[in-house]
Amino acid sequence: MAQAKTVLSSKVDVELARRLYFQMFLIRRFEEKAAEMYALGKIGGFLHLYIGEEAVAVGATSVLRSDDYAVSSYRDHGHCLAKGSDPRRMMAELFGRRDGLSKGKGGSMHLFDKSVGFLGGHAIVGAHLPLAAGAAFAVKYQGGDQVVLCSFGDGAVPQGEFHESLNLASLWKLPVIYLCENNRYAMGTAIHRALAQTEIWRIAETYRIPGEVVDGMDVLAVRDVVGRAVARTRTEHTPTLIEARTYRFRGHSMRDPSAAIYRTKEEVEREKQRDPIALFRDRCLRDGILTEADLRALEKEVNDTVDDAVAFADASPEPPDEWLLADIYKE
Amino acid sequence: MGVMTYREALNLALREEMRRDPRVFILGEEVGVYEGAYKVTQGLLPEFGEKRVIDTPICESGFTGVGIGAAMLGLRPVVEMMTFNFAILALDQIVNTAAKLCYMSGGQYNVPIVIRGPGGPAHQLAAQHSQSMESYFYHVPGLKVVRPSTPRDAKGLLKSAIRDDNPVIFIEAETLYGLKGDVPEDPEFTIPLGVAEVRREGTDVTVIAYMGMMYRSLEVAEELERDGISVEIVDPRTLRPMDIDTIIGSVRKTHRAVVVEAGAGFAGMGSEIVAFITEHAFDDLDASVERVTGANAPMPYARNLEQLKTPSKEKIKAAIRKVCYA
Ligand SMILES: Cc1ncc(C[n+]2csc(CCOP(=O)(O)OP(=O)(O)O)c2C)c(N)n1
Repeated sequence: MAQAKTVLSSKVDVELARRLYFQMFLIRRFEEKAAEMYALGKIGGFLHLYIGEEAVAVGATSVLRSDDYAVSSYRDHGHCLAKGSDPRRMMAELFGRRDGLSKGKGGSMHLFDKSVGFLGGHAIVGAHLPLAAGAAFAVKYQGGDQVVLCSFGDGAVPQGEFHESLNLASLWKLPVIYLCENNRYAMGTAIHRALAQTEIWRIAETYRIPGEVVDGMDVLAVRDVVGRAVARTRTEHTPTLIEARTYRFRGHSMRDPSAAIYRTKEEVEREKQRDPIALFRDRCLRDGILTEADLRALEKEVNDTVDDAVAFADASPEPPDEWLLADIYKE
Repeated sequence: MGVMTYREALNLALREEMRRDPRVFILGEEVGVYEGAYKVTQGLLPEFGEKRVIDTPICESGFTGVGIGAAMLGLRPVVEMMTFNFAILALDQIVNTAAKLCYMSGGQYNVPIVIRGPGGPAHQLAAQHSQSMESYFYHVPGLKVVRPSTPRDAKGLLKSAIRDDNPVIFIEAETLYGLKGDVPEDPEFTIPLGVAEVRREGTDVTVIAYMGMMYRSLEVAEELERDGISVEIVDPRTLRPMDIDTIIGSVRKTHRAVVVEAGAGFAGMGSEIVAFITEHAFDDLDASVERVTGANAPMPYARNLEQLKTPSKEKIKAAIRKVCYA
């Protein structure tokens, strides 16, 4: 694989650094806590953790306006949090409780938050790519200048809907940013076993749209690349395909133990050396942007936020029986 | 009131709804420049322009997904399937996404989309172009399914489908596009979804049928009238939600029922209606309910076999006589 381009980032002020660190750390803690709750049986079903990939969602979302849209796959906690959703209602959703974002009927893979423009977590690989194009179509139709950020894994690239979507987005100049989070594995299938073209960003050329690759472990690099795409998309309605090279530190889901058979322990340990949160932390300290005390304070705030989310979720009642048959149709 | 074809009635419904609501737009293969494979969208491109009448490449899943995404943000897309046989390529988008978004999001998002186009038996189009597709959709909670049998219904039901806040599967028929009938020209004329229509009053037996099978049953009813059997015909029009009250009401009156459907009988609409009748009106029945269905075979090309595949007048007549012990 070619070396991912690391774009030297623009200046980072204290406020931005705090925001990025807070969000990445929040996603990490939220998910570590979710894993605990899963082990306790408070969370059921599938639980796909985003640990290791936080810089992608946070860097990308940090250049969006609050009225822009985001949509994701089943690995959606990070995107939903980064978009500004309430951790309490998210945790309640994971618990399947009535105060959950989707009233307990969506679960981990189907977080939706209309209030922050989060168009949801979708569990069919590749299926939300046309949806993102459709949302972008609606923005353009209504004369808006919002963009739609669509996150998906490398596993979606072989799907027809990836290609159908890029073709349509290019033909119709739709304001959508396709952000491929290439963590090199689709469950247990390594990328070179699934794709004839493993340099995913190059596929953009086929559809005559800009394609870029970025180090997905560097939150500022992601921010820069997506920032440029957003500017282009907002003014010219040009879609972009971005490949962020990242890595998931855990298994595919809680049902896949982390020391999995499809990758070596050495590989996982090596990648963990590039933990995006630790990298950013070191950088903030090194460049004197944040002090150790600042970072500690942020970490404490995050821990309190997550504990509060769990308490809230735990206290929320189960959805009432009548809800089984509610929301099937909009009345 | 004007006399027009089924095709023109659909065209008028689209035109009126696009004039009324700027959020309504049309998306599909050949809907614009070519004016529709079956000319249902004729003249819409010149009137509404490329922004609202959009030709797509051949990618059913992709363009259906685009419609669903646009509907999530409040637009009201009408997606044309060149024929419903191709909607299977978009089945994932329809079943896993459109039908589920309202529920999965706890009511935050809804999908006001209409997916329409012809389906059902046509003339010698063979196995891949001549299927009754409704059964793929009416099983799914979250979808509404409409099969309009007359020009009047085509207009009134399509307008309601476009105004509905939910995904509506609206299956027309190649064989009915040229059918003429009275259609109200009032732009506010609509027919609510989920309301059946009694097509013919009768006292001895209720026949439940829609589209081509409804017309075939009407012919049978005229012939049986001469033999002293009075047939009532109920056209459900909307298959989901189904107007059970009208069907049960009719069965309570006649005490006998026959369901006719063009699709394969196994796990078809007929099974469902028979179940409804036995659940709700068993004590009113004077005979067990009969089903006349398409053969459990793909649609053959050969003309004679094609005729054999679809319920004939003779089979419908025999079923009616059987339940009437006549
Ligand atoms: C259409 C479809 N096929 C198979 C699956 C089962 N499945 C769930 S996740 C997954 C791997 C996807 O990997 P990728 O897109 O790279 O995302 P990642 O898990 O790496 O974030 C598979 C095969 C599915 N959900 N949808």
